[in-house]
Amino acid sequence: MIYDHLVVRYGELSLKGKNRRHFESQLFETVKRKMRPYSDLKMAKLFDRIVIELNGHAYEPIVKSLQDIFGIHSISLAVRAENDLEEIQKAALEALKEAIEGKKTFKVTGKRSLKSFPVNSMQLNQEVGGYLLRNTEGITVDVHNPDVNVKVEVKDTGTYISSTSFEGAGGLPVGVGGKAMLMLSGGIDSPVAGYLTMKRGVRIEGVHFHSPPFTSERAKQKVVDLTQELTRYSGGKIKLHVVPFTKIQQTIKDKIPSSYSMTIMRRVMLRITERLAENNNAMAIANGENLGQVASQTMHSMYAINEVTNLPILRPVITMDKLEIMNISHKIGTYEISIRPYEDCCTIFLPSAPKTKPKRDKAIQFEKKIENLEELIEEAVNTVETLILEEGKSTDESFNDLL
Amino acid sequence: MIYLDNSATTKPYKDVLDTFVTVSEKYFANPSSLHSKGGEAEKLLGQARKSIAQLLEVAPSEVIFTSGGTEGNNIAIKGIAFQHQNRGKHLITTSVEHASSFESFQYLESKGFEVTYLPVNHEGLISIEDLEREIRPDTILVSIIHVNNETGTIQPIEQIGKILKQHRKIFFHVDNVQGVGKVELPLKEWVIDLCTISAHKIHGLKGNGVLFVKNGVSLSSLFTGGEQELKKRAGTENVAGIVAMAKALRLILLEMQDKKKNLLKIKQFMLEELRKLKGVEVNTPENHSAPHIINFSVLGIKPEVLIHSLDKRDVYVSTRSACSSKQGGSSRILIEMGLGEQRASTAIRMSTSYENTMEEATRALAILKEEIINFKKVMR
Repeated sequence: MIYDHLVVRYGELSLKGKNRRHFESQLFETVKRKMRPYSDLKMAKLFDRIVIELNGHAYEPIVKSLQDIFGIHSISLAVRAENDLEEIQKAALEALKEAIEGKKTFKVTGKRSLKSFPVNSMQLNQEVGGYLLRNTEGITVDVHNPDVNVKVEVKDTGTYISSTSFEGAGGLPVGVGGKAMLMLSGGIDSPVAGYLTMKRGVRIEGVHFHSPPFTSERAKQKVVDLTQELTRYSGGKIKLHVVPFTKIQQTIKDKIPSSYSMTIMRRVMLRITERLAENNNAMAIANGENLGQVASQTMHSMYAINEVTNLPILRPVITMDKLEIMNISHKIGTYEISIRPYEDCCTIFLPSAPKTKPKRDKAIQFEKKIENLEELIEEAVNTVETLILEEGKSTDESFNDLL
Repeated sequence: MIYLDNSATTKPYKDVLDTFVTVSEKYFANPSSLHSKGGEAEKLLGQARKSIAQLLEVAPSEVIFTSGGTEGNNIAIKGIAFQHQNRGKHLITTSVEHASSFESFQYLESKGFEVTYLPVNHEGLISIEDLEREIRPDTILVSIIHVNNETGTIQPIEQIGKILKQHRKIFFHVDNVQGVGKVELPLKEWVIDLCTISAHKIHGLKGNGVLFVKNGVSLSSLFTGGEQELKKRAGTENVAGIVAMAKALRLILLEMQDKKKNLLKIKQFMLEELRKLKGVEVNTPENHSAPHIINFSVLGIKPEVLIHSLDKRDVYVSTRSACSSKQGGSSRILIEMGLGEQRASTAIRMSTSYENTMEEATRALAILKEEIINFKKVMR
């Protein structure tokens, strides 16, 4: 293991003109927070990258946690050499040997940012490439489609040589794009929607509807655990609002024909979420809705429900197939939690035959049967329980002594 | 008391026992029960799984709780063999495995599997070239002990992993019962698919262990009758033991950071002193060996007799593997190392823990020396 540095490159950031400084410092803060468990890493923010000095730490776990941060385009393993051609050649050979195992072709991409260095970029390619060829066997150069790309960058702080790169999460740093309330049921789709919302730089707060004793403590815990998992990507804490929903569900069951109970329930949920958005300065609502997946998620249904709010509703998984959603869910670590078999508020009062094509005017008409709706909503909003979740911190400290 | 039989079992840490008692009292409900007490126990079990996963640097869904090392080895070896027998019935292991693996392979041979037992050199090491040569298109499993329980020899797991990386269809199981907390074994980096760990070797309690099963690896279960442990091992979970194991693992990994150097120093000292003794042959290799196992033969003295006489002086050691020490006769492992019948039948194992001190080691060796001299007098 010869690598002593990581080079973290930004993604779309560099395109975003005036906001750039804000984006970069947001990202740097997130990286610093993420690296907190490793107290002795040295981090430097350079013009278009962050350089992390590993100080003897294994790179794998560090790269892995950097891959959770939105706004990072790639992470390269790098070795630093003095600005001296011979030193550079030797280090490049080491880097190539490490990366070439089982592969055949390479190229050298030289870049001289330090103009006072006597060897220019073109010459760097030749000098380093030639040296590598002379000192290896059975390996050839392929400038168009190499198996290994040896990057040599001469900077004023030294020359950084890297041959192995890891893909970053892409997207924008969380926090640069406002805030949305994420409706979390506990299923597979909504956490994925939360992840994708954050990918565009949006901070999220979770909203979960809890109907004890019809939904169990375990169902609520499931949502807490899902939110906890999402903190890996949030670049900070995530608030989770648990809305007491039993009374409203019972009222709906009493007053609304069962074929419309789902539609009305969702309208009420959306109203409550809008109120929570106002209280928490969020400008949008995000959810895991998907077109045509189940009976309640048809376009007719969306049309009958959506009218209760003027807030933009972000539906990142709207066009995805179930399998696509599941793949992301596996990748981000929420799948195992999502498939725990506890009923949530959506399934427990599920009518045997919900309308797949509910009509908006009918929904409005039925809804009027609940005369105290405003009151019920008010009560629910006022008795919300808010939890704050943070990466690496369990909500239940009572077990910590035992473990 | 000088306890030098830590490879047989360790004394549970005080904190581990406290955890066990507290959990047994407060969270005794069945984690599969629907009521809130069951929910609490389930949550605690989940936390323990998560904690162990973090310590092993794997995913929680890759941690299967078992009853210990023997079960872990059995599930891994038979589970892979039976599940994937349609693809091939050839298995590779070494000739120096622990009895729980060795006999699993013998059982599989009786069921029509073909097993290659890789030979070892006089240090107890297999050769990578041998392994490469034995790999066939119908090989489905390579199972290797990391740290040998009798001699402390460390097999080249990293290199084996590299070889097997080129044979993606062969599963790689590592028996790490003796190694955990003493010798590093990065599971992901060394491309290991399954790994067995036992709690009572790391100051946890008997009856608990972990089998790491990499996500995506399927194996047929030996126990059926419930959906516990991701359907890989049915049965009501031993919550208190499991939580205690999570604690033990955390504590021993901390100790490893602080005290491994000292343990190595003690081993070095003991090996040097033993080599000075006349009629004593050291069986633990100088290099490639764990910091806590010291195996030697006292030629001409029955090991059982020596153990009893040390016992009288409050020093506790063993002949070899506790799992086969009652059979008498000579050590299968030392025979395989080519050390000869005489050495193999007179072997003594001293195994330390982070609790042992240099003073204890010095005193134990002085007592050993005295006892050997006594015997020589009697027998002359």
